[in-house]
Amino acid sequence: MTAVPVSPAARAAAASRRGTPRAARVRDARERLIRGALAGCALLSVVTTFAIVGILAAETVRFLGMPEVSVADFLAGTTWSPLLGAQKQFGIWPLVCGTLLVTAIAAAFALPVGLVTAIYLSEYAPARVRTAVKPALEVLAGIPTVVYGYFALAVITPFLHDHVSERFGTFNALGAGLAVGIMILPIVASISEDALRAVPRSLRDAAYAMGGTRFDVSVKVVVPAALSGIMASWLLAITRAIGETMIVALAAGGNPSLTLDPSAEVQTMTAYMVQIFLGDAPATGVEYRSSYAVAAVLFVITLGLTVTGNLILRRFREEYD
Amino acid sequence: MAVPVATAAPTGPAARRPADIVGAAPASSQPLRRGTDRAFLALCLALTALAVLILVVLLVTVWRDGHGRLSTEFLTNYPSRRPGEAGVKAALWGSIWVCAICALTAIPVGLGTAVWLEEFAPRSRLTSFVKLNISNLAGVPSIVYGILGLTAFVRLFGAVSADRPLTVGDPDSPFYLQLPLGHGVLAGGLTLMLVVLPIVIVSSQEALRSVPRSLRAGAMALGATRWQATWSITLPAALPMILTGSILAISRAIGEAAPILVLGVPLFIRSVPNNLASDFTVLPLQIYNWANRPGDAFHELAAAAIIVLLAVLLTFNAVAVVIRQRLHRSTQ
Repeated sequence: MTAVPVSPAARAAAASRRGTPRAARVRDARERLIRGALAGCALLSVVTTFAIVGILAAETVRFLGMPEVSVADFLAGTTWSPLLGAQKQFGIWPLVCGTLLVTAIAAAFALPVGLVTAIYLSEYAPARVRTAVKPALEVLAGIPTVVYGYFALAVITPFLHDHVSERFGTFNALGAGLAVGIMILPIVASISEDALRAVPRSLRDAAYAMGGTRFDVSVKVVVPAALSGIMASWLLAITRAIGETMIVALAAGGNPSLTLDPSAEVQTMTAYMVQIFLGDAPATGVEYRSSYAVAAVLFVITLGLTVTGNLILRRFREEYD
Repeated sequence: MAVPVATAAPTGPAARRPADIVGAAPASSQPLRRGTDRAFLALCLALTALAVLILVVLLVTVWRDGHGRLSTEFLTNYPSRRPGEAGVKAALWGSIWVCAICALTAIPVGLGTAVWLEEFAPRSRLTSFVKLNISNLAGVPSIVYGILGLTAFVRLFGAVSADRPLTVGDPDSPFYLQLPLGHGVLAGGLTLMLVVLPIVIVSSQEALRSVPRSLRAGAMALGATRWQATWSITLPAALPMILTGSILAISRAIGEAAPILVLGVPLFIRSVPNNLASDFTVLPLQIYNWANRPGDAFHELAAAAIIVLLAVLLTFNAVAVVIRQRLHRSTQ
């Protein structure tokens, strides 16, 4: 290249003196074109968000405006029976309750087990064990969720029926919840482990120098130091559990009920959507439209959790550099 | 560590250990604390072993249930009401078409977004809004993307009547299209693109961030424009990591059933896609259908289809590892 100007000012000055060289003009035009195309790519994700919000809002308003539905019943009603001919009732709480029950079971299993696994991998495990366990967790993370649904039907539920209580039928909240727990376990373990490993060595050394055992150091020093990352991993995992679809569609059943009994057949918000979209409800009917309202509730809950997670990461992050 | 203190036996009644003198901790707490340490280690080992054990049980169960149904006919037959003749041909080809479309769209768009955010975007409120927006999109359940795909792609927001679709091209060519897209492979692939786009963006951003600033500065000091520096210096250096992230994202797409299910694809398909508007089903959805039916025969079919699905994923990831190592060596 000939005569590359040093700064934009110098380039502008050079251009005004003897006109921009053709090559430079072509180059600048190409640069602007590429910049625009890249910004267009970034725009797509913004459009996606607005499209989701717009579609869910519009369809929910349409659903709530139908004669069979009232806003008060939808938000406060305790019966969800959209397919019962004349006595259709649309109270969202049984579906929310089913979702929360399954999520609570999954969290009760995965959050502690995932955290302890992370502490072990980060603080205790010899390198040899780490190189064996990490890939196993990665494989678990990569398994499609429909496979966990099959696992719940083929292994977990028969086990519960045979060894825990006869009350566990083919579909139950506990079996589905445990399968969802297995699905989110690698998320908790790997993100928490990253957070634990990011804690600087000097903190551990100081704790050991004070006479701490490995337990003291990891649980009383390293875990509190990494707490924001651990909380973020928990929230992310809970968000995934709430939005999980195929496991609950296969293993939790299809009976929307306001119960906390883990052996009961429940229906989650996502499982209801599967039932409607796979069924042959007419696209203009009230039960079909109701699935959009359920999706809107699901979207609001998961968005709230994601935003909280991001806030925790940003606000409570401990900086150590 | 306090080990020497704890193991040093007192030699007489007058012998006092350093800890007693400074009064840091009563001597009796030492065994307790070491006991806690041991007990916690045992808990760690037990729970980590549990995680690995679950994986082993899962794989063994699937193999036990499904391997009897595996055969070349299973790969070349269409699904059937008679379990003995059923196969995954339609679902396997549907998955290939949909994931190819997903990869061809999600990787360029995701990488483009990442390049814009990391290399070009001004430090402005708009940029941080876009970043926040992407991290929020990553938390949206995949079934919600299905609803977006249903409205935007399958029905085109109702802008064109589905009864009289606009058609583009010859129905015999693989590029035949109709608007609205209907529940064809193009709608499925684009919906999956939306699902995996945040993953591609975030992993590509990390890849670009891992390239040292000095490389870009060097290129630009030699007179390269921002794009020239990105294209010829930053992207090649980040390529192995970008590929790894993209392949992980596409693996996620291969396993997704929920967004496809929402699109309203027919459950019983006895054909292979031959153009962008063809009906299709995907492997995870086929697995769901079989697992959802009563009867051991269909559960065996589901297990066999799971083996096929896991084999596809494994091959895919193995290819990724090979590509990454080749590239890694050549960029060193």
